[in-house]
Amino acid sequence: MLTLEGRVALVTGGGRGIGLAVARRLGENGADLVLVGRSSAVGLDSVAETLVEDYGVRVRTFCGDVGDPATAQQAARLAFSEFRRLDVTVNNAGILEDAVIGMIAEDVIDRTLSTNVKGVINFTQASARLMERSGGGSIVNVSSIIGRFGNRGQLVYGASKAAVIGATLSAAKELAPKGIRVNAVAPGYIATDMIKGIDPEIDAERRGSIGMGRIGEPEDVSDAVLFFASELSRYVTGQVLGVDGAMLV
Amino acid sequence: MSMHEDKVFAVFREVLDLLEGRDRTTLVYNETAGWDSIGHMTIVAGLEESFDCMLDTDDILDMSSFGKAVEIMANYDADS
Repeated sequence: MLTLEGRVALVTGGGRGIGLAVARRLGENGADLVLVGRSSAVGLDSVAETLVEDYGVRVRTFCGDVGDPATAQQAARLAFSEFRRLDVTVNNAGILEDAVIGMIAEDVIDRTLSTNVKGVINFTQASARLMERSGGGSIVNVSSIIGRFGNRGQLVYGASKAAVIGATLSAAKELAPKGIRVNAVAPGYIATDMIKGIDPEIDAERRGSIGMGRIGEPEDVSDAVLFFASELSRYVTGQVLGVDGAMLV
Repeated sequence: MSMHEDKVFAVFREVLDLLEGRDRTTLVYNETAGWDSIGHMTIVAGLEESFDCMLDTDDILDMSSFGKAVEIMANYDADS
């Protein structure tokens, strides 16, 4: 087992799906956690209780919209006041709303860019300042296979996830001298709430396009995040790691 | 000069490599040698460390002179 004991990790969108799997993997490896979620504090608190019971780590929660800079500042301040440090930030919170070109509503663009892009920038800013004080850290951004290769019906989502890659590359260069590494994972088709309710025909088509013959699990992604969060990747920054089972889009 | 101001100056002095007797009123962002955007973030890190706090982004952006820094840091100084 890798040890993250004595480290503090912040996970946005940590209440479910990939974010929850990441929180569990980091907690399992000893990291104290700050979970940020948009949904009700009750749901997030219940996740936190489970993590405390399962792994004996300390967990704090914060509810807010990641697109609002105040959320990032307050969450970082929570990490500072409770743990006096921050070592890992996983920018996982994201939304997906498909729409074909010509039927993209402006509010979908605003909402998607706010959560998926502004959220990453806000938390990178707030986290980097705190990480610098403890001599470095690791920021892991969750992009998507769609941000690397695009997909029909996903112009807005693809643009937002491509922006996450751009933010990752720039932040990696700027923060390297401070000992802060910035990397991204680009998941493929992963079994989360995000794909629930998808048209069965499209679902079958997507599953059929995965070279490894199975849909990805949130744990497939959280293991890749753990690599970037840990000292195993101490000399790795500015990288985008596909976690897609050789999916073709 | 107050203890609070001296505490702020100690950070500026270390980051910008200033002499103790330096005229503090002449310290201005993007005009004083070494106080560029990189130096600014180093000053912010030093102030946060010294005052054991986390600054708001708006305060970081507003910190355009030493005088302004003294004014802003008064909000974070538990001793002032």
